Amino acid sequence: MAQDDRPLSPHLQVYRPQFTSVLSILHRMTGVALGLGALLLVYWLAAAAAGPQWFNGARAVAGSWLGWLVLVGFTWALFYHLCNGIRHLFWDIGMGFDLTVARLTGWCVVLASLALTGAAWVVGAGGLGGLP
Amino acid sequence: MVEFTLPRNSKVKQGKTHKAPAGAVNVKSFRVYRWDPDKDDNPRLDTFELDLDDCGPMVLDALIKIKNEVDSTVTFRRSCREGVCGSCAMNVDGVNTLACIKPIAEIKGDAKVYPLPHLKVVKDLVPDLNDAYAQYAAIEPWLKTETPEPGPESERLQSPEERKELDGLWECVLCFCCTTSCPSYWWNSERFLGPATLLQAYRWINDSRDESAGERLDALEDPFRLYRCHTIMNCTNACPKGLNPAKAIGEIKKRMVQRR
Repeated sequence: MAQDDRPLSPHLQVYRPQFTSVLSILHRMTGVALGLGALLLVYWLAAAAAGPQWFNGARAVAGSWLGWLVLVGFTWALFYHLCNGIRHLFWDIGMGFDLTVARLTGWCVVLASLALTGAAWVVGAGGLGGLP
Repeated sequence: MVEFTLPRNSKVKQGKTHKAPAGAVNVKSFRVYRWDPDKDDNPRLDTFELDLDDCGPMVLDALIKIKNEVDSTVTFRRSCREGVCGSCAMNVDGVNTLACIKPIAEIKGDAKVYPLPHLKVVKDLVPDLNDAYAQYAAIEPWLKTETPEPGPESERLQSPEERKELDGLWECVLCFCCTTSCPSYWWNSERFLGPATLLQAYRWINDSRDESAGERLDALEDPFRLYRCHTIMNCTNACPKGLNPAKAIGEIKKRMVQRR
């Protein structure tokens, strides 16, 4: 019976993304992005330590349109991962598993992460006289 | 292991189309996964056009109609046709459910019908659930006690409140819609127990008459058996009985912390 030339039934190819599953994979992806972003942070600090010439180079990279895009993305990834991490903490104490609640907290996380990203850039860029 | 694509022998090809009978007005296409173990060929997706004016309301009614009137080789499990036996679990319109209680009217466009995801296929819509059943057996789903049995004229009593603790757990029909909707189970099915089995594990952990909760938790204290659950919640979204395996797993994780 159990021959292994039997086909594997379709999975990712056919399964309809659910709101909760999309948020879950975003949590994983933002986590990876934060890890990679930390390397960029190291580059920025290392450039600052290496001297004005290096630091001006790093500033030019961060100030390019691609740099801005990465920085805004990094900020959003940070806030999304933070907010969803708090959602996970509530799950860890056994709260928020009902589907309606899980969907509601999911929307809260999405909106809060966008709002915090916006606020960080308005306050940050305004406070420091135009970043980066 | 995470695999985003299907193995070569599992890729689904375009199959045959069976046209609706002449004069049918209310036509709907059912695109059904087919695989015949006796033919050396890949799975295919056959299209069956049905006249809904001459068909029962549920997806299972459509499949039975196809088997009776169009192609008798279409193979699927079914029994009770009222959501109690858990036999006709399959992936309908992208989500796992019981075909017998899934109304055709809820499906927009063509109705796509696949076997439960990421399992070896036995034939057509019949997947191999042996491993899932073995995992269920592994949690020892029966009452385990230390104290002597209360005499022949008595039973192990449970208060109405204690009995209530089992609501939302005992109703599971072991259809494995939840387990096979879980990406963590897809990637780690040989080690992660999956939502259905974990919900049942909690059903016994949470039973006031059971006296082996500690051992049961010991058996689950493992990076894979329990902790591959990342609260994706596909399980709870899929459960055709409206149960909440994600919550049950969360409760087990909580017990693990509380008993330290």
